[in-house]
Amino acid sequence: MTTGTGIGASIKRREDFRFLKGLGRYTDDMTMPNMTYCVFVRSPVAHAKLGKIDLTAASKSPGVVAIFTATDLEAVGGVPCGWLVTDRHNKPMIEPKHPILAAGKVRHVGDPACAVIAETYAQARDAAEKVSIDYQELAAVVDMKKAMLGGAAVHDEAPNNLCFDWELGDKAAADAAFAKAAHICKIDLINNRLVPNAMEPRAAIGAYDLATEEHTLVTTSQNPHVIRLLMGAFVLGIPEHKLRVLSPDVGGGFGSKIFHYAEEALVTWGAKKIGRPIKWVAERSESFLSDAHGRDHVTHAEMAFDKDGMALGLKVDTLANLGAYLSTFAPSVPTWLHGTLMAGQYMTPAIHVNVKAMFTNTVPVDAYRGAGRPEATYVLERLMSKAAAEMGMDQAELRRRNFIRKFPYQTPVAVVYDTGDYDAHLDKALALADYKGFEARRAAAKARGKLRGIGVSAYIEACGIAPSSLVGALGARAGLYEAATVRVNPTGSVAVMTGSHSHGQGHDTTFAQVVADKLGIGIEMVDIVHGDTAKVPFGMGTYGSRSLAVGGTAIVEALNKVIDKGRRIAAHLLEASEADIVFENGAYQVKGTDRKKTFGEIALTAYVPHKYPIDKIEPGLEETAFYDPKNFTFPSGTYICEIEIDPATGETQIIKFTAADDFGNIVNPMIVEGQVHGGLAQGIGQALLENAVYDDNGQLKSGSYMDYCMPRADDLPSFDITTTNTPCTHNPLGVKGCGEAGAIGSPPAVINAICDALRDYGVMHMDMPATPEKIWRALQVAMPKAAE
Amino acid sequence: MKLSGTRQLSARPADVWVKLNDVDTLRRCIPGCETLDKVGDNDLKATAALKIGPMAVRFTGDVTLSDLDPPRSYRINGKGSAGPAGMASGGATVKLEAKDDGTLLSYDVDANVGGKIAQLGQRLIDATAGQMAEKFFTAFAAEFPAEAEGQSPMAQPAATPSAGIPAAVWWGAGALLLAIVVYLLAR
Repeated sequence: MTTGTGIGASIKRREDFRFLKGLGRYTDDMTMPNMTYCVFVRSPVAHAKLGKIDLTAASKSPGVVAIFTATDLEAVGGVPCGWLVTDRHNKPMIEPKHPILAAGKVRHVGDPACAVIAETYAQARDAAEKVSIDYQELAAVVDMKKAMLGGAAVHDEAPNNLCFDWELGDKAAADAAFAKAAHICKIDLINNRLVPNAMEPRAAIGAYDLATEEHTLVTTSQNPHVIRLLMGAFVLGIPEHKLRVLSPDVGGGFGSKIFHYAEEALVTWGAKKIGRPIKWVAERSESFLSDAHGRDHVTHAEMAFDKDGMALGLKVDTLANLGAYLSTFAPSVPTWLHGTLMAGQYMTPAIHVNVKAMFTNTVPVDAYRGAGRPEATYVLERLMSKAAAEMGMDQAELRRRNFIRKFPYQTPVAVVYDTGDYDAHLDKALALADYKGFEARRAAAKARGKLRGIGVSAYIEACGIAPSSLVGALGARAGLYEAATVRVNPTGSVAVMTGSHSHGQGHDTTFAQVVADKLGIGIEMVDIVHGDTAKVPFGMGTYGSRSLAVGGTAIVEALNKVIDKGRRIAAHLLEASEADIVFENGAYQVKGTDRKKTFGEIALTAYVPHKYPIDKIEPGLEETAFYDPKNFTFPSGTYICEIEIDPATGETQIIKFTAADDFGNIVNPMIVEGQVHGGLAQGIGQALLENAVYDDNGQLKSGSYMDYCMPRADDLPSFDITTTNTPCTHNPLGVKGCGEAGAIGSPPAVINAICDALRDYGVMHMDMPATPEKIWRALQVAMPKAAE
Repeated sequence: MKLSGTRQLSARPADVWVKLNDVDTLRRCIPGCETLDKVGDNDLKATAALKIGPMAVRFTGDVTLSDLDPPRSYRINGKGSAGPAGMASGGATVKLEAKDDGTLLSYDVDANVGGKIAQLGQRLIDATAGQMAEKFFTAFAAEFPAEAEGQSPMAQPAATPSAGIPAAVWWGAGALLLAIVVYLLAR
């Protein structure tokens, strides 16, 4: 029902008024009385023993309040890792300490060695420049293949830099399947390292109230309760009731603001130490060197098919870069969020995935929009299109032949798909993209001297993260439920305290639509409160496309409790049996009569209980629910990319991009479309433009926007987006999650299209980003051959 | 980064050698050079101010000469710090050979940069290095007036060897300068 402001209505985002008017309130907008400013002195080298840190000149610099180094933090814990992966030899991963400030050694360019606190930001900066550190350089570990050979070690605990050697699936079964194959498709590929580049850089303010002995941390986090837990319990030893964490408006996260970072701990700890609040705001250059990066896999994969193109088996061997330290959820990304997706939409009966995760002298790598699933999808979908080309089959038809059509479906890689209809979105995408008419367009392009290609990608993702018992068995050190409180005020307005966190997703609108719909009240009567551990009962935050499926369900469960209590009050007021009361359109009504009480009247009665069954029902109308999902949700979709390459310059132009997604039920189609747009922009950015490049010494060469190329509007076409719907079977809203799909499904669609365009030139693979230079060079090698 | 090149100079190797060993000459020729001082037989200290793209940085560097084979070749290694802007390190092999009544100077430089210079200046480094090498050699070539050509045959061994260790040092200094230039450039 698409009426008014309820579920299904494409109403405009309520929060955009304050964002567009510059009225948003971000961490850096906040000041506190007597506040000081922190600047971190970060290592300019990738790997070095820390010699003498000379603070003489810096301490004398004007305005300096304090300077901290590792020796001041000896009593403080390291940055904890939230996921323990057990490797294929049943050994726990190697988990070296990650100190708040570098102790003994620096391990990547950007590793903070010292924190300078001063009266003003400028004074802190000036003083930081006067800190003199003797870096005794060591050989840097950068290339993962070389890292395995030993020699230089990032951590003494891991002499060959291997953190864990993990596997999933049945290797013997996969080997047996390959022995029967009519065709084996092989590929070597790199999933390029990405810098998250949230629009708002990370920032944090720490404060301490001596009177109440209470710590406050304001931080740019996607999950303030998780930060409270990790930092309070594992780093600083502050109990929850003495630590408040706020995440106000946050300008984008894409995963990079899930993690607990050392800077947050330093300002929280330091504020008590100096007795004054401390603010730190990352410079953009600092973000490049300290926000956890994404992706960075080197993979060899093989897929076996029978003579009819039915997939028999898949083997994947991946080196995954973890960077210098284990970031909060880093171990889960190349393992349980990656290996489990290798079945994709296909019935491949035997799958084996091996992942060797490596330490290197680079910025830590962790979840970034899609987190493991884009890497898996890229491997699988490149294999499918490459195999189709090799076998002379149509890439869409090869996929269709292998589709899973019976649900629930147990994959050979641990997960159970509850529902889906892959033919539906394939059909819709093929029609919208005019797939049939492509060869004519290719011929027309050729006549114009252009190389036109089309690429299909059929992705699946596991999101709505995640059942606690399942992730617990897989090594998660937290549960992944969500909490919500619905507080109905005496006059009928509603405040919803949610543990989900909005940093661009539009929760203020989507969640309010769910509440308005369920209670039958106007959306203006609903406030969504998030991002403050003092206001929200608990929460695990926003990532893994989980907010509506998990956080939204917690809200629905709390709403159901509110509605049930209201029913009992209404039954009393209407002198009817509870069983005879129905709640519809915002009113409790006695079935078959016109006797009713509005939701507002019930709310008022709950708070002014003059005529009230006070012996049976307590006053007030406020309910809390914790919801633990029963399974992941499995959105899926078909993306089709059509490109043209100018052989003279190697430049790729995306002519048309079609996305058909099955997100289950949709609350606000406009917001979902916006999420898909953003995801596609990021995925296309990865495929064509973005790349974090380190030199052999571990220096980040693409460390600014001069060298790190972000997608812009003119790099992208106007997207053709549509949806199909098989509602999720295990949450009451029937929703699946849409935040990451675009970034997961699009890179292989783009590269498949490029490889399709270059097929006549014998180019069977092109690593991302497929820059004009790379394509031009490939054409220079291939052209003489093609001319023969 | 790596940079290599050659320069034909209108003087015999022995004269080039002398000039290359003259701290004042080198100070004049090295772009942005503010100070250049000998601190040991084979060691020099230098400061130079450079502009790399958006960054104006001042390097303080230590330079060490090795593999001295006067008047044919040497190796110069250095390490420079630009404070908060980062650092650079590297080395150069410089060779002189007599050619066409003059000297062919060839150099092979490898240098690494770190910190902000590496993060922000990567794409500017090669170009900056190239420009600085050009400036240095143009200035250095101008130290040899054309009329001087042909006056001193290259076989004037007495001039150079007589300097003994100092000669090597000067040589080194020259090399250092070159090296400094090179790395500064490289940065």
